[in-house]
Amino acid sequence: MTATAGRTVGRPSGPKPGLRRKNSGGSILADRAATVVMWGMGFFVLLLLGAIIVHFALAAWGVVSPEFILSDPSRTSLGGVFPVLWNSIYMLALTMVIAVPIGILGGIYMSEYAGDNAVTSVIRFAEEAISSVPSIVVGLFGLILFVDDFHWGFTILGGALALTFFNLPLMTRLSEQALRAVPQEERSASLALGATKWQTIHHVVLPLAIPGLITSVILTAGRVFGEAAVLLFTAGVGTPAHYNFANLDLTNPASPWSPFRSGSTLSVYIYELNSEGLGVFKNQIVDGSAAILISMVLIFNLGARLIGRVLSRRLTAA
Amino acid sequence: MAQLTSAHRLGGLRAKPSLAERVDLPRRVVFVAAASMIAIVVLLLTFIAWQGIQLFVKDGVSIGEIFSSRWDPLANGGPQFGLLPFIAGTIFVTAVALLISTPLSVGLALFLSEVAPDWAKAIVQPALEIFVGIPSVVWGWLGITVLVPFLADTFNGQIAITLPIVGRVFTMPGFLTGFSWLAGSLVLSVMVLPTITSVSYDAFRAVPQELRTGSLALGTTRWQTIRHLLIPSALSGVLTAVVLGMTRAAGEALAVQMVIGNSPTLPAAITQPVTTLTSQITLDMGNTVFGEPWQDALWTMSLILLVISVTSVVLVRLINKRRMGS
Repeated sequence: MTATAGRTVGRPSGPKPGLRRKNSGGSILADRAATVVMWGMGFFVLLLLGAIIVHFALAAWGVVSPEFILSDPSRTSLGGVFPVLWNSIYMLALTMVIAVPIGILGGIYMSEYAGDNAVTSVIRFAEEAISSVPSIVVGLFGLILFVDDFHWGFTILGGALALTFFNLPLMTRLSEQALRAVPQEERSASLALGATKWQTIHHVVLPLAIPGLITSVILTAGRVFGEAAVLLFTAGVGTPAHYNFANLDLTNPASPWSPFRSGSTLSVYIYELNSEGLGVFKNQIVDGSAAILISMVLIFNLGARLIGRVLSRRLTAA
Repeated sequence: MAQLTSAHRLGGLRAKPSLAERVDLPRRVVFVAAASMIAIVVLLLTFIAWQGIQLFVKDGVSIGEIFSSRWDPLANGGPQFGLLPFIAGTIFVTAVALLISTPLSVGLALFLSEVAPDWAKAIVQPALEIFVGIPSVVWGWLGITVLVPFLADTFNGQIAITLPIVGRVFTMPGFLTGFSWLAGSLVLSVMVLPTITSVSYDAFRAVPQELRTGSLALGTTRWQTIRHLLIPSALSGVLTAVVLGMTRAAGEALAVQMVIGNSPTLPAAITQPVTTLTSQITLDMGNTVFGEPWQDALWTMSLILLVISVTSVVLVRLINKRRMGS
């Protein structure tokens, strides 16, 4: 630590001591102190993250097991979280099916078509505005629109649509960035060969942007998976103790395959357990569920990084 | 692009645009996808605003009344809808969170942009991204199981600062349960840390390298360059970062609700329970009936939250416009 600080302070940040004015001893000391403090902040973040991961690893020890993941909740024993985990995955899939196409198409418009005009700046304003609206307010909007006005009641579909509203700006912006990262020469070359603008986008720009687009999908998915406030008032709380997967009737609210049923996801379940505060095993179940959520966050993040890197290497090598 | 359009104007080389080209369906489709965000914002603003004004329009509560500090929807002499405890609580919890988080985040951004070698950046930046991804309920649960018991055990008596000669200068009641304003602010400060850090990092990176080398060539130390050159040049970016962090903190619901104790009164000290707009909405929305005054008051709270977030978007735009202008 001191060795590093000494090296970085001593040389690159100032001329040799001989060239300095005499009174600069204080400023060198201040510089050194500032460097130490800034390194300290970097270590602080790593320590905090490390502590959180270790904390949950310890808390989940003896709780999270294949049984915990794959069995139904129980009132008398530890039980499992399978139904809520299923809801999380179902919700994620449904949201991504809706949000990814709209987000990528919107990203194409913003990157390839949008001119420097009033319409574009209104779209940008809308994008920023939705990103800054609190998730709970987006959930309340879903409550008015889907639950009350459409008379759907609390449904997974309503939750997925509210999540789409909330995450569309992120998905659009990340796709736009992925598309903008494609070099302009690729577009010019394709247009010069006589391809139309859409042919260029479809056959040149999109394939080149795929690594970036996949990264943006995974990052959005990570955020969707952990979100709870949007879902409290749209998809509802509470989950049947057991799902019958043989029931394939999509219009039947009892079927786990139906989007027209209420159901809490893993994050909502944590919130619910905490606020109801019932059950002997409450703390273990919440610790285990939180550990699963954290692991998913890690998997999503590392996955996005890894897939992005592998794909871009493969595409640039080809 | 300019050359391509003029080449197109030569005309002779190209076939006349076909119907498909003239209609340009793909352009229309991608435009609709992007413009859907405008529709969402307009609908959201309209619906929340409409519900939010019902308390005044339908239930006859005057605007002045909501600034009272008496919140008692079930009071005998008629319900009291003073929203001051919630508005003040949101401001208090957010302000302290920013006070804790801003110096840390700016320091971290400076570390990443000015000090850290590549290997350190390659570790710290992904760590920050993981922080962003940790769900709000997990932060709340960490607050309940780690922070709240810690505060309650460590500072359970009266907190006093005593100086020699002068004597006791400051006293404050200790934590009763640990569920408190400070617990909420601490949890929030960690949650907004990545936001403030990454936006200020971008602002520091945007300062041209020549300015740094110029300053260093004059014989300044790195810290002098940071203090007198980088921070002033990137100030508007750092301000943007703080506003964005504030928006996120004020709008955060579940993590805060889980640790602040939710007492609808004005707090006497940072060790006391408070409540915020978001946490009261979260708690009460499920217990109220659509259309009753109590729920209308909750909608008014969400309208206030919406006004805060739209204001911050406008604020960020203004800050950035000034930067572009100068």
